[in-house]
Amino acid sequence: MSIMGTRVLRKEDPKFLTEGATYTADISHPKLKGAVHAHFVRSTMAHAKILEIDTSEAASQPGVLAVYTAQDIPESVAPAPVMVPVFPPSMMHRPHLATGSVRFVGEPVAVVVAETPAQAADAADLVFADYEPLPAAVGLAQAETDNTVIYEDVGSNTAVDFKNMNMVTGIGEEDIFADCEVVVEHDLINHRTAPAPLEGRSMACVWDDGRLIVWASTQTPHGFRDNLAAVYGLEAENCQVIAPDVGGGFGQKIGITADEIVLPWLSQSLNRPIRWTETRTENLTACGHGRAQLQKVKIGGSQGGQIKAYRLQITGDAGAYTGLGAFLPFYTHLMAPGVYNFPKVETTAKSVVSNTTPTLAYRGAGRPEATAAIERAVDLFAAECGLSPVEVRRMNLISKDSFPYTTPHGTEYDTGDYETALNLALEAADYPALLEEQARRRAQGSVKQLGIGVSVYVEITGGPAPGGQEFAKVEITPEGKAKVYSGSFSHGQGHATTFVSVAADQLGMDIDDIEFIQGDTDLVAEGTGTFGSRSFQFAGSAVYDASRSVVDVAREIAAGLLEANVDDVLVDAEADGFHVAGTPAVAVSWAQVAGAAQEQGKKLMHEGQHHANCTYPFGAHVIVVEVDTETGQVTVPQVVTCDDSGTIFNPNIVEGQRHGGIAQGIAQALTEEVVFDEDGNPITSNFADYGFISAAELPSFKLVPLETPTPHNPLGAKGIGESGAIGATPATQSAVVNALSHLGVRHIDIPLTPERVWQAIVDATAQN
Amino acid sequence: MIPAAFDYVRADSAEAAIAALAEHGDEAKLLAGGHSLIPLMRFRLARPEVLVDVGRVDDLKYIRDGGDHLAIGALTRHMDVETSELVQAEAPLLAAATSHVGDPQVRHRGTIGGSVAHGDSASDIPSVLIATGATLVAQGPSGVREIAVDDFFEGFLETALAAEEILTEIRVPKVGGAGWSFQKFNRRAQDWAIVGVSVQVLNGSVGIGLVNMDTKPIRASAAEAALVGGSSAADAAEVAPDSCEPTGDLNASPDFRRHLAKVLTRRALEEAGVS
Repeated sequence: MSIMGTRVLRKEDPKFLTEGATYTADISHPKLKGAVHAHFVRSTMAHAKILEIDTSEAASQPGVLAVYTAQDIPESVAPAPVMVPVFPPSMMHRPHLATGSVRFVGEPVAVVVAETPAQAADAADLVFADYEPLPAAVGLAQAETDNTVIYEDVGSNTAVDFKNMNMVTGIGEEDIFADCEVVVEHDLINHRTAPAPLEGRSMACVWDDGRLIVWASTQTPHGFRDNLAAVYGLEAENCQVIAPDVGGGFGQKIGITADEIVLPWLSQSLNRPIRWTETRTENLTACGHGRAQLQKVKIGGSQGGQIKAYRLQITGDAGAYTGLGAFLPFYTHLMAPGVYNFPKVETTAKSVVSNTTPTLAYRGAGRPEATAAIERAVDLFAAECGLSPVEVRRMNLISKDSFPYTTPHGTEYDTGDYETALNLALEAADYPALLEEQARRRAQGSVKQLGIGVSVYVEITGGPAPGGQEFAKVEITPEGKAKVYSGSFSHGQGHATTFVSVAADQLGMDIDDIEFIQGDTDLVAEGTGTFGSRSFQFAGSAVYDASRSVVDVAREIAAGLLEANVDDVLVDAEADGFHVAGTPAVAVSWAQVAGAAQEQGKKLMHEGQHHANCTYPFGAHVIVVEVDTETGQVTVPQVVTCDDSGTIFNPNIVEGQRHGGIAQGIAQALTEEVVFDEDGNPITSNFADYGFISAAELPSFKLVPLETPTPHNPLGAKGIGESGAIGATPATQSAVVNALSHLGVRHIDIPLTPERVWQAIVDATAQN
Repeated sequence: MIPAAFDYVRADSAEAAIAALAEHGDEAKLLAGGHSLIPLMRFRLARPEVLVDVGRVDDLKYIRDGGDHLAIGALTRHMDVETSELVQAEAPLLAAATSHVGDPQVRHRGTIGGSVAHGDSASDIPSVLIATGATLVAQGPSGVREIAVDDFFEGFLETALAAEEILTEIRVPKVGGAGWSFQKFNRRAQDWAIVGVSVQVLNGSVGIGLVNMDTKPIRASAAEAALVGGSSAADAAEVAPDSCEPTGDLNASPDFRRHLAKVLTRRALEEAGVS
């Protein structure tokens, strides 16, 4: 009997609930004995020339071993490899420590190494950097003007215009809105947010006989290793990266950051193991942010609600250096038309540098921005037509018999059934009753108005096409148990449960007889890691492949033991081993097969990469809000989502991913925003100021299942890690606007702070 | 988030704390529950050279019936105030407002005296003391004195406490049967108030304290006067922010704070039974 689709409890949880996790900062390895501690001195200016950095007083403090600035780091410490090499060299080759100038508040300018963290922190206060302030380009609107050019050699703040690379459609000669009766245009803000994992960055390292051993809080242990190996000129086998328990990443821990790169050099120059753990403020100001796009949408169609053309113009904020975030407007372009069957789609996309924290691939990474734009545009169009937003969506959804479906601008969706998702979500929310309640409150002029927000989304996981790959190895122990090695890395996703379940299903073993190994580059030969909702579809499939290959060899051995034809032999969990079909009473166990394999010199092991195309999960969110019309306060009494991620292997794991994503999606709409003042000083640098949401602000979520398998991998699975964060933000925004639509409100920017909502009410009331 | 270095002195009695304060002067800060001071120290926004820890002065942890008032020791934790049947019966506004301070973890560590002595305009409890007409008891080298709440809060994080004085007791009038309301407006459950309002109505006399409407905890004097003059709750609420000078920050502009003060004051008055 397959355990697929059953609620296998997370194998990880008993340890987390009883012993607790072992994070990087908790590692006490003998090789780290006597470790020194690093503390970075960070720029207090958003944009300035560095005139001088006086480290003398800091260097003379008790316990301080050294204070270094950029000029101390030898050229042998090479620049970090660039993840997406499409930007001007000066923008993408970020120095390890600020060199010549600083470009955002939080950029490391010096690093203090001391015997204790407190000594390092105290001494860091005494490093004096003398700056000549330069005008700062803060925020997209300002950066885009090029009034302040951050990279003189580039001559413009535009880091990339994807039109020039023929990666987006651009705006054609023909007016795609020419035959539209109704055309709506709007500027949208998809504001900057912080990934805010509860564990920030943390690393420890030591040089051991020419080998570099690293413990790091990362989503991609192998990528972390490859970066360090490149920077320090090491063969991959001479650099070991171990990721212990990791307290979340949300895209912040893909690859490696500048701060982490210098630590091995510090260890090398001082000949001591070294540790570093960032503070919450460092995580919120210096590590990296998400979203940060300005969008112009234009949508047109018939008065009856048929949409004919859509244009999305995207400007992304790369921050001070171009990392993965600068590439994400391309992802937004890929998913621009969303779930709709528009005949004509046009996109432009570019990224601009600014004097703020660099952006990265925060949960959703380009796709939430696409969904937010199109869903807002459809709402605006429906409002202009005087039609129900639900009906306009139904009218324009790609029908379920159109798959595989290629969008007008070239993205090929695998499978989908968008209308069913929408219908299931509306049904579970009891949409007619909600409309009735809304009408009742409107008629009564209630202080608390009800808003119903609907979003339908499709996103891309494991993308872009042609997809990706992941490594797995499955081996049978002499005792007849199994070990599963994965190149993907769980930092909360539950691989030890799902991947082991996949293996158990194929091997016919109990999940408790299977050991899961991840996160150590010495133990796992290859790996890509966990990001972009890719793990289960690629890594789960790799485990599936490897398990089946092992079973094939084992069946041959079992056939020999059973004196049967191999084609008649099957593995059977109930019979605890192999038997001829129909005669489970005569079986040989995995232990017997393992013993025979050893005698025959056969290996019960398979390892390899599984390559697969990307997939397109989708869903519909119905979010109900109450808006206090006197104060602008928004509360969320009801959340219903129908999120399809193909075949569901373990509903617990899938629901866990949906929960977290929905919470982050609602948080972006209501409370979370990274804010800088006009000089580029971050003013959301702790959890008192940054609106990190909590359970107290959210209701229980009603999660409706739907399974539309993908043909792209043997598990039929699509990604689910980001779906919640994609659908929930526009549904929440839509709900708040919907609550006030009878007052004449058509749009309110996110985040929907009480003051912003109240102002919208005041403005609408004044107009009427 | 490591505080700058400091010396630590543990005081076992109010007298020992006063002596330590007298010895170290301006360089010293009292440490009670630590939920205001420690975060400031971790951000290095506060760098006291000496911390005088009064957390173990058990004589200042009590809730007593003082006849016409409740006497609450300054080191009584919020959770003990919130759950005290005596406070719930005789000072219901205080019990209710206390249940909105921070989150349960904060309320199990933070103390009523620490919260009040910090003098933060954004704290909930000072507005209650203003609305109820509480009295603060301070002890210093020259003895004990009583300070009326209206004389206590002097400016931004400034109170009438002298450098060598400590707050020992909070006296809240017993008002079983009074009308009351506590309105707190914030983004997240555990946040400080963007604006808050405490109202208590006793024998027709109305006290209104405002949270985060000025650099210090402040009384809505104009609204109180309007009620005395016969105004309706709605009309009185309109003048609640008069004479307040709220600041603008991430969460609200001064104008929005004034607007919220009006709405919340009206709601508080109505809930407290003023029409």
